[in-house]
Amino acid sequence: MGMVKFIEADGTTHEVEIADGESLMLAATRNLVPGIDGDCGGVCACATCHVHVEPDWSEKLTAMADDEDTMLELTDARDEQSRLGCQITMSPELDGVTVRLPFGQH
Amino acid sequence: MSNPRCVVVGGGHAAAQIAPSLRQSGWEGTITVVGEERAVPYHRPPLSKLYLAGEKSLDDILIRPAGAYEKIDVEFRLGRRVASLDPDRGAVLLADGERVPYDALVLATGSRARRLPLPGGELAGVHYLRDIADVDGIRADVRAGENAVIVGGGYIGLETAAVLRQLGMRVTVLEMMDRVLQRVTAECVSDFYTRVHREEGVDIVTNVRVAAFEGEQRVRAVACQDGSHYPADLVVIGAGIVPNVELASEAGLEVEDGIVVNEQCRTNDERIYAIGDCARHHDPRYGRWIRLESVQNATGQAKVAAAAICGHERSYDELPWFWSDQYDLKLQIAGLSQGFDDVVIRGDIETGRSFAAFSFAGTRLLAVDAVNRPADFVFGKKALTAGASVEKERLRDETTPLRALDG
Repeated sequence: MGMVKFIEADGTTHEVEIADGESLMLAATRNLVPGIDGDCGGVCACATCHVHVEPDWSEKLTAMADDEDTMLELTDARDEQSRLGCQITMSPELDGVTVRLPFGQH
Repeated sequence: MSNPRCVVVGGGHAAAQIAPSLRQSGWEGTITVVGEERAVPYHRPPLSKLYLAGEKSLDDILIRPAGAYEKIDVEFRLGRRVASLDPDRGAVLLADGERVPYDALVLATGSRARRLPLPGGELAGVHYLRDIADVDGIRADVRAGENAVIVGGGYIGLETAAVLRQLGMRVTVLEMMDRVLQRVTAECVSDFYTRVHREEGVDIVTNVRVAAFEGEQRVRAVACQDGSHYPADLVVIGAGIVPNVELASEAGLEVEDGIVVNEQCRTNDERIYAIGDCARHHDPRYGRWIRLESVQNATGQAKVAAAAICGHERSYDELPWFWSDQYDLKLQIAGLSQGFDDVVIRGDIETGRSFAAFSFAGTRLLAVDAVNRPADFVFGKKALTAGASVEKERLRDETTPLRALDG
């Protein structure tokens, strides 16, 4: 069990518990964090769980697969820190990971 | 209204979205969801995929656990059926006699499997596939090496065929039209899915109508109108769905293959909204009245209805999109292809497992069906959302990179 911090575009912060192996998208929808939709349930088909990973954490993430990279093209305001929350799964090294949410999912 | 009451009828994807959306839109009144199923809302698409395959449990596919709704003060009344609406007095009447008053009512009643009125339909081993109880029933009848017959070559039928094949059953799909997916896609895409299913060992038979299910207590065979017989230890019928509109029509709401709603998902009763599979709306992009059977539509309409209930009028104009997983095929569809007169293919649809089919009416792009081609899906979805024109002949030339086609 670890912790993930979601910061909304307006600065509102949500710290939620997350189990090892659980995705950031699931932790967000389970805890009703606004701004993460996760419409497809985590199969990398919709790109409605866009997050910006804080720079300190991004190097600890597993590399992005091609389909995630492609699906991110659907999102508004994609940048170097952009990932899909459904493709980031919790591990002990990620305890405390902090991500910022876009204004809205595309 | 010191403490206004919102009642949601139905406990699927649409209900799961509108409850938190109402809170995010500022609703301070009560929220009561009345649902016939016993579980809080779950993701329905995995039912014919990972849940049927036994790779996911109910807990895994819940959209969120029950406790999350308690945190935002949403009351669920599960396993309860609504018998009728009383719009004049603003109340819904439950089958057990309880009366639940509302100030705003959301009909998120969804749809049900279309039943085939055929002899033998009540035999053990004959199943429909719509909710989790259906799939639990199917799973109890899965035995490797035995015969499964799928009636209906739509997405549900083909997804089910793929999983049953992977579970080691001998699978036959019976389709009454001359090709699978006839209602939803172009002929070349139908041909592609037929080829892949045959490569995977599924027998696909078209132009065949089922006459009866045969057996004593359990189904043993499927008999067709042309006299053919198919041995069957398990039958799954995927013959489309029927919107649940009866509560609305009996209450005098306007219904026409779906509960008719305006841009705010409001019915002709200003206190009543309809969202998801059961609702019929006018799509501004395609210029016609449509009823969609998709997660995207359920969640999108839920957000618009929640805003309207809270006094913020937005118009629903999302581009429809869908997905389907079969074997190693990840299909993503954006837009609606009905009315197309030309299809541009990129990739290898004839022998490979990765292509995109762009449907056009004249020079106008209508939809993209992309199999294992997320970049083409993304390109098509962005162009359709923006209403951008796509140069058809340059798209047809596969040496043109997609980036060069961005408007």
